Amino acid sequence: MTVASALEMALAAVVLGVATWTIAARETFAAVVGFVTYGLLLALIWVRLDAVDVALVEAAIGGGLGGVLLLGAAARLRVTETPTATERPSATVRVGAALLSAAVAAALATGVILLPDPAPTLAPAAAANATATGLGNPVTNVLMAFRAMDTMLEKVVLLLALVGVWSLAPDRLWGGHPGPRHRADPLGTLAFLARLLPPVGIVVGIYVFWTGKDHPGGAFQGGTILAAMWLLVMMAGIADAPQVSSRRLRIVLIAGPGIFLAVGLAGFAIGSAFLAYPVAYAKPLILGIEVAMTLTIAATLGLLLAGAPERSAGQ
Amino acid sequence: MSVAVDIITIVAITAGAFFFLAGTVGLLRFPDTLTRLHALTKADNLGLGLVVLGLVPQAGSLRGGLKLLCVWALALLAGAMVSQLIAREASGQRGDPAMRHDGPPP
Amino acid sequence: MIEFMTTVLGFILAMLALGLVRILRGPADADRMMAAQLIGTGGIAALLLLGTVTAVPATVDVALTLALLATFASIAFVKKGRANAPDSTGDA
Repeated sequence: MTVASALEMALAAVVLGVATWTIAARETFAAVVGFVTYGLLLALIWVRLDAVDVALVEAAIGGGLGGVLLLGAAARLRVTETPTATERPSATVRVGAALLSAAVAAALATGVILLPDPAPTLAPAAAANATATGLGNPVTNVLMAFRAMDTMLEKVVLLLALVGVWSLAPDRLWGGHPGPRHRADPLGTLAFLARLLPPVGIVVGIYVFWTGKDHPGGAFQGGTILAAMWLLVMMAGIADAPQVSSRRLRIVLIAGPGIFLAVGLAGFAIGSAFLAYPVAYAKPLILGIEVAMTLTIAATLGLLLAGAPERSAGQ
Repeated sequence: MSVAVDIITIVAITAGAFFFLAGTVGLLRFPDTLTRLHALTKADNLGLGLVVLGLVPQAGSLRGGLKLLCVWALALLAGAMVSQLIAREASGQRGDPAMRHDGPPP
Repeated sequence: MIEFMTTVLGFILAMLALGLVRILRGPADADRMMAAQLIGTGGIAALLLLGTVTAVPATVDVALTLALLATFASIAFVKKGRANAPDSTGDA
């Protein structure tokens, strides 16, 4: 066994250990911190598996925005945590849950073990047709061209999730500002960071999006970084979250899937089918869609984390 | 020339690893929250900084080297800010177990 | 050089695993947050070493993203701690 493979096994064992502990932890906050760490270590594993695109998402979501979302949830649950911790589910429920989990794990394990060797893959086909789009990153090719339908619907799902969050608002606050109005010392550490970091972060976000055409990166990764920067400015109280009734905001929210759909429908006229790009214009079309998607993803993720409208206009 | 560069890399990365060791030992062994924070910042700033310093000569291109330095600069900024925020949070929780020593191990 | 870097990578990963003990034991939320911060920084160092060892230059972009977003969990921790205080929730 080489040093490298020993390392890989040790890393996998640590990740499994963190995962188990995260599930077993009694305290929500501790479990969330465990989960953030888990995401971080997972990014290392994705890099080791040569899936740098996935590692980027894991770093941005698992290590960044996901932690913010879950810590917020933990803070809200804290009030009810002590009473619920004393309640213990009945033996039947616990045995049932254990059996169900074990069955799911066994089914997954059987599925993995029974995979034919070599596993069925479309990777050679995707690699062979890479020249059709003029983009060098095979992942972007798959996401934006070969399986464009999935990517488009995924953006619609993000939008539906946001509508779901907004629908939690009471009637009288509908159309107001999401989340509490954050206040922080305007001369304090957080406000300083919120002025210093976003210019850098916006450049990195655009870079990650742009490099995604030939190297690991892309609209989702770049959009997540931009969303994080927006959220930082909101959390430091420098800028308020916009009213959810704002027309400009809503145009940004539908720009990504809207332009995607428009290009897809135009595929009937200028290409050969729905979402078929004419080969000569494939690259500019894909990049155009991706620009709109980056903005949409940034706005959607930022608003998802900001939460449901909690204040009417002007409050 | 290349031997000299390799020696710089080895010395810097070894020193960086040492600071990670120091930071981790401090985080585990120091008695209370604020002293542990003190240990953390050493690993944050110096550990990563020395590792980056060791990797820059191996980066192969100016762009790669600059990007490595950017990572360090961002981590420095993040470390400085986060330790301030955490310290304020920890010292603000009066009467909280945060400011007490760990109990003896069971 | 590759062997040396792999060894250091293993060493830093071992440090990360040790840092996990602080998340396990706490006792305060701030201690757990700090341990996560240390593991974040160590993870960045490990990523940079791994990228050099495996000659995948895009790994630096992952490290860049992590370094940029490393503060966010801690900021959320500090903000939420305060949002629970009655004077700053902002809902009238």
